Amino acid sequence: MKRHLLEAADLDRDDATLVLDTAAQIDQALAGREVKKLPTLRGRTVVNLFYEDSTRTRISFELAAKRLSADVINFSAKGSSVSKGESLKDTALTLEAMGADAVVVRHWASGAPHRLANWVRGSVVNAGDGTHEHPTQALLDAYTIRQRLGRLDGVRVTIVGDVLHSRVARSNVGLLHTLGAEVTLVAPPTLLPVGVGSWPAEVGYDLDAVLPKSDVVMMLRVQAERMNASYFPSAREYSRRYGLDARRMAALPDDAIVMHPGPMNRGMEIAAEVADSVRSTIVEQVANGVSTRMAVLYLLLGGSPQ
Amino acid sequence: MTTYLIKGARPLGGEPADILVKDGRIAAIGDSLSATGAEVVEAAGLIALPGLVDLHTHLREPGREDAETVETGSRAAALGGFTAVHAMANTDPVADTAGVVEQVWRLGQEAGLVDVVPVGAVTVGLKGERLAELGAMADSAARVRVFSDDGHCVSDPALMRRALEYVKAFDGVVAQHAEEPRLTVGAQMHEGDRSARLGLTGWPAAAEEAIIARDVLLAEHVGARLHVCHVSTAGSVEILRWAKSRGVQVTAEVTPHHLLLTDACAESYDPVFKVNPPLRTDADVEALRAGLADGTIDAVGTDHAPHAVEDKESEWAQARPGMLGLEQALSVVIETMVEPGRLDWAGVADRMSVRPAAIGRVDGHGRPLAPGEPANLVLVDPSARATVDPAALASRSRNSPYAGRELPGRVVATFLKGTPTVLDGKAVK
Repeated sequence: MKRHLLEAADLDRDDATLVLDTAAQIDQALAGREVKKLPTLRGRTVVNLFYEDSTRTRISFELAAKRLSADVINFSAKGSSVSKGESLKDTALTLEAMGADAVVVRHWASGAPHRLANWVRGSVVNAGDGTHEHPTQALLDAYTIRQRLGRLDGVRVTIVGDVLHSRVARSNVGLLHTLGAEVTLVAPPTLLPVGVGSWPAEVGYDLDAVLPKSDVVMMLRVQAERMNASYFPSAREYSRRYGLDARRMAALPDDAIVMHPGPMNRGMEIAAEVADSVRSTIVEQVANGVSTRMAVLYLLLGGSPQ
Repeated sequence: MTTYLIKGARPLGGEPADILVKDGRIAAIGDSLSATGAEVVEAAGLIALPGLVDLHTHLREPGREDAETVETGSRAAALGGFTAVHAMANTDPVADTAGVVEQVWRLGQEAGLVDVVPVGAVTVGLKGERLAELGAMADSAARVRVFSDDGHCVSDPALMRRALEYVKAFDGVVAQHAEEPRLTVGAQMHEGDRSARLGLTGWPAAAEEAIIARDVLLAEHVGARLHVCHVSTAGSVEILRWAKSRGVQVTAEVTPHHLLLTDACAESYDPVFKVNPPLRTDADVEALRAGLADGTIDAVGTDHAPHAVEDKESEWAQARPGMLGLEQALSVVIETMVEPGRLDWAGVADRMSVRPAAIGRVDGHGRPLAPGEPANLVLVDPSARATVDPAALASRSRNSPYAGRELPGRVVATFLKGTPTVLDGKAVK
């Protein structure tokens, strides 16, 4: 494994498989135990550095570190792109001086974790940067798919929605391809980046055409602000063309699953009866997020003390 | 005034000759010249060129003297072989009045390292709303002939038309920063495969090309001169070629960095490579080199844009766009154009001195190396190679995209009106 986890491309197939296998071992080790805690990272310090609100991701990482017995510091450095607080570099040097072994960073700017990795000696884990990547989300998604379907190789995954602005989509395309899955992206053309043709994925505009050939459908959240920027005419039209409702879900193969990274817009990209159906893995994804992040922290920090 | 005898330099890369510099002028060029009392400059193996002229420099004074001053920028220019630079108007306060352009001009005269030629803003405060007092700036001591809102596009087509027309009265030219602002909201880098992967908002080539296409049509319609700043795309070169074939009075410049670097640099997320317009693709670089070689692009303009450390040592999206250029411009042109055989030394003189001086209507610069002409000249060692060390630059800023890169060519001496500003590769003052 590389020292940092900044993007899906940092993991080759062996590394990624190791993370998933480790997460499975952790799940087994903790299953049925009253005290859900392992002593692995005792005495190590993990800093959650969050420049953007994300309660779910922060709690998931916090729980992961605590279950490994690490000391956890939450550093909320929420600042807008305009307000001039302490610079990222000064924050990095501060964390360095405090002896952080790992920095989990969520940032509104694409590439901020890459910059941070130049300035700290500890491991940097990207917990979502701008519209770039969110590699642990992709790992937990891959873990969930493997858990449900028993494999990743050859699995047909369709990712639907705002690919242009989605760090979840970028990380999933990369990681799922590495793990042998076949990815198809479906979105209105306005929400696909120019240059998407160079990604290891098929691209389509017609959701109904790909559903019967999908083992996994991953619905992306559509941000409210996209509606005012002419990416599509209205929420209603978006929902009609790209939303997953019960009728569309019925077109899926029998054992296909439905995923969503959350938070959901029920009634927009996903209908309530789909989100709550047996195909939905949304709650499992949250649980798997903790074990996958434990695996990442364990593998990045668990080796030799630095 | 000291008399200088330059021994054995090759004017425009031709046969070696001696050049006698006396009383601010080239007194003689020929074999085995001698002059009693003259200081001899050994120049065997060096190329002599007319002093370089930059159409596009940000000197940051007044307003951001922590990033650059007229004096430090002038020194960087002299070390780069320049004898005249156009100081862009996006200072604080903006150079949109006779008072500010005269201040910048006077600071340049006081520094005495290059002729600082102020550029006047086209619109008040660079806001793109109404014309600045262009005539007052033209009539001032600074004798402004180039007008630009650089950093911003004059995007309102009616205002652009009026500006093009108005400056005809004093033989001025509007230098357009071609960027359709509605197409580049939040843009961070060239829009293409790499921006898609890096998750950085794209700056489409069409945003530049659409404005250039519009403006050449306007310039043709009103019979005015148009200059296009920092052309960065293959499509722009095509439009310019087409416009020139129709006889439109359009000229254009390309930056050294767009001749050498591509959007691959953004993969590091190091904002030293963030610039506006952004670094483009290999195909664009090739088209720009071809355009400069065949004269479709008239000039190299550095877009030297100094920034303080804190404005660059940050997240990519947070950083200011722009990079240093004065001290490495000639080296980059040697690397990308001379060594591959696409431009000879006469071509370098044409694109970096003669044509930019003509576009800016700068008297006494871009002249032939001939007796009687003002002694604005530069001596270059084409065989030298050096690795760029930002800490060693004369600029007050350090945001060089060439850090650690080995480049050919070394400016050995620069003469401004007969007085050396650089000797032995070092600034004289």
